[in-house]
Amino acid sequence: MARITLDGIAHSYDQDLSYALKPINHEWTQGRSYALLGPSGCGKTTLLNIISGLVFPSQGRLLFDGKDVTNLPTEQRNIAQVFQFPVVYDTMTVAENLAFPLKNRGLGRAAIRTRVSEIADLLGLTSDLHRRARRLTADAKQKISLGRGLVRSDVAAVLFDEPLTVIDPSLKWELRSKLKAVHRALDVLMIYVTHDQVEALTFADEVVVMKDGRILQIATPTQLFEQPEHTFVGYFIGSPGMNLVDAEIDGAEARVGEQTVRLSARYNKPPAGSSVRLGFRPDYTTLVAGGDMKVRVQRIEDLGRRRLAKVSLGAQDIFAVVPHGQSVPGDAAGIAIKPERLFVYVNDERVAGEPL
Amino acid sequence: MRRGVMPRVMLIAYLAMLMLPIYWLINLSLRPNEDIMSRMALWPHHPTLEKYFFILNDPTWVHAFGVSLTYVLINTVISVTVALPAAYAFNRFSFIGDKHLFFWLLTNLMAPAAVYAMPFFNLYYAVGLFDTVWAVALAHCLFNVPLAVWILEGFIGGVPREIDESAAIDGYSFSRFFIRIFLPLIANGIGVTAFFCFMFSWVEQLLATTLTATNALPFAAVMTRSYSVSGMDWTLLAAAGVLTMIPGAIVIWFVRNHIAKGFALGRV
Amino acid sequence: MIEKPINNRAWLLVLPVLAFVLFSALLPMMTVVNYSLQDSMGANNFFWNGDAWFRDVLNPSTDIGARFFDALGRNLSFSFAALLIEVPLGIAIALCLPRGGWAVGPCLVLIALPMLIPWNVVGTIWQIFARADIGLFGAAVNGLGIPYNDTQNPVSAWITIVIIDVWHWTPLVILLSYAGLRAIPDAFYQAARIDAASRWAVFVNIELPKLQKVLVIAVLLRFMQTFMIYTEPFVVTGGGPGSATTFLSIDLVKIALGQVDLGNAAAMSLIYNLITITLCWIFYTIMTQLDRRRDA
Repeated sequence: MARITLDGIAHSYDQDLSYALKPINHEWTQGRSYALLGPSGCGKTTLLNIISGLVFPSQGRLLFDGKDVTNLPTEQRNIAQVFQFPVVYDTMTVAENLAFPLKNRGLGRAAIRTRVSEIADLLGLTSDLHRRARRLTADAKQKISLGRGLVRSDVAAVLFDEPLTVIDPSLKWELRSKLKAVHRALDVLMIYVTHDQVEALTFADEVVVMKDGRILQIATPTQLFEQPEHTFVGYFIGSPGMNLVDAEIDGAEARVGEQTVRLSARYNKPPAGSSVRLGFRPDYTTLVAGGDMKVRVQRIEDLGRRRLAKVSLGAQDIFAVVPHGQSVPGDAAGIAIKPERLFVYVNDERVAGEPL
Repeated sequence: MRRGVMPRVMLIAYLAMLMLPIYWLINLSLRPNEDIMSRMALWPHHPTLEKYFFILNDPTWVHAFGVSLTYVLINTVISVTVALPAAYAFNRFSFIGDKHLFFWLLTNLMAPAAVYAMPFFNLYYAVGLFDTVWAVALAHCLFNVPLAVWILEGFIGGVPREIDESAAIDGYSFSRFFIRIFLPLIANGIGVTAFFCFMFSWVEQLLATTLTATNALPFAAVMTRSYSVSGMDWTLLAAAGVLTMIPGAIVIWFVRNHIAKGFALGRV
Repeated sequence: MIEKPINNRAWLLVLPVLAFVLFSALLPMMTVVNYSLQDSMGANNFFWNGDAWFRDVLNPSTDIGARFFDALGRNLSFSFAALLIEVPLGIAIALCLPRGGWAVGPCLVLIALPMLIPWNVVGTIWQIFARADIGLFGAAVNGLGIPYNDTQNPVSAWITIVIIDVWHWTPLVILLSYAGLRAIPDAFYQAARIDAASRWAVFVNIELPKLQKVLVIAVLLRFMQTFMIYTEPFVVTGGGPGSATTFLSIDLVKIALGQVDLGNAAAMSLIYNLITITLCWIFYTIMTQLDRRRDA
């Protein structure tokens, strides 16, 4: 039913002096859930507001199902939005809150009542329907905001702007699973803005990682972890983030300080003056005796499920896992990494090499 | 919300209406008396700043201006300082008689000054404060302290209680918590409250005139006196009137951001 | 609603306020009570008079009683008229003010100016401004073909006082409402747009409820001030023509200082004060309870 196309969308708040959002081409499809992930000020909320029509982009076109809606006001787009802070109409009961968008669109009474009770049922609000909305807890209020979006059967997309910020930590999990359940039940397009990687990775089918107004990578949670396209993605996703060390590339070998390590592909010589880094996940880096590169162990953290070592590789600090049952090697410590887990980043972008 | 032209038109029309009497006051202050009394002139045809110079060079007027500013400032400081802990108590705790006390405080805003002027005179005469800036500053506390408690209570209501609790857990003493942590949080409210106290003390002149004679004669009282001497000197009065607007205008300029930032007095 | 913890030591925090207010409130109040219960047969010779003064004032068939009820009627209609104009006008102008940008500061300063003028100066301005021969307002109204003379025509005088009050004090409502409006997070407006709410629905369902607390202060303050109005009519109309603008406080001062009828004046002022307090209490209770009752 709904497909949202971003055609060269870009936005500047100061007459193109600087971009809050750099040009983006992308398509969101019906029934899937997306998360916009990035640190604050990365442009994710701007992008969300462009889709909802609260902000008009300074460049590009926005299409809903191929129809240009770039200049349509919010109320004429079929979107719903849940904000960071719960928005409910204080003067109304829960039922009136849910009915409000339908009433404004001139729906009949009977139709409103069936729709409201359906949605209240779905969200678990039925017992509160006749209470005044302002007395409810924050998570119930967020459900109402969500419900006001969902009651409209024509809704093309539901947008979430960090909706769990003010929710009690113990209720976050519950509300998040409610969201997933709603998503499965209603088959709508959902776009979820957050700066919390756990929220993004557990909620979304696809995650859009953004930084400084730019989309760095759009991929499934697994792909983001396995093959980060950008050093920031590698570092931001995962805990701890990807190890990134300065290196020199020479064909299918990389030199880190005095040591050399074999890569899985042959790379062209990067342009002079560019920053070249080698990236590898701590999760795929094991601390061993001998290994591919020699390291000095600084400390071992026992995280229960696994042990993590902070080690120095030359002058740079990285993390590695210590396999079960393995004793910590002393002077002969080194790290072992499979060549296909080693990625080369030139000026922060991943470069592909020719297979050997 | 996108807005049309209508709000702007309404605002400009309102501001124009609002400014007309003030423009008229400025207009009067620049015209000689005979001119004022003999015809209506939309603008001063032969503007003169004579009366402004007169006021600024006359020791009585200048002294009176200083007196007014002094008692207003004393009153503002006292009102805000004593109102802060009380507003905190009213907002955060229940105690015996709290609601009655709060309403009783408000009733002091409802005492018509005209009625109590004479008893006030007797009181301040008896305690030896008559004709000092302190008399006026204290008398104005009657309505400014309750007002300050009222407004500040609203601002304090907007600060989540969790802040108090976490400060207590972190081992802050009450006074340190209140001064170091709490006051900065309601700086906005203190600014707005100070503005209201300043304003109501500055414009009140009935008590101010009753409680003073010569040493602490407020600006407004000098104005009142000036018209009993030799008929009405409208130009002088108007010029003095224009000058009385200046301190308040400066104060509001300083608190404009507090107002523009918004306050709902309590949780939104 | 979280219940407030009970803590009687909070009294310590309230004590300074109590001291400052009591100092100024107690003795004058007692003096007035004293006068209201005694009669004097000349200089400083008082005797107990019981509730006689009060019975006089509250009996419309006595001279003083008639005066009292006439003035009370004028006060009530004046407060009603002033509030009816100022509150909606103040909210409307607050809605028209820019939400941000360079114009906010200058607008706020201009709007606040009338409140910052000492009350006798306000009277003085309007004394001239309203004159038909040399004042802009009087001349303009007459120029429109409306007969207007605030010193001779009672209706003109009454309307002039209302207009002065609207001019003088609507800014208070504007400043408080504007501050209240600015405190509403943008998300509420955005949500309303998504819900396709009309401008009116936004006003009724978002703006008005969020303005409630500041409006309680604005309405109560304005009610108190209008009900106690003294300076403006004193300077501009002197309570006239006839007794068209003789409000309670003006009449009181006339009785107390003009006729040195302290007993009647004191009884009248106490009744007056009591009425003010009662009306404020009713306002306060209605405005704060309305909400709680709707919740139940």
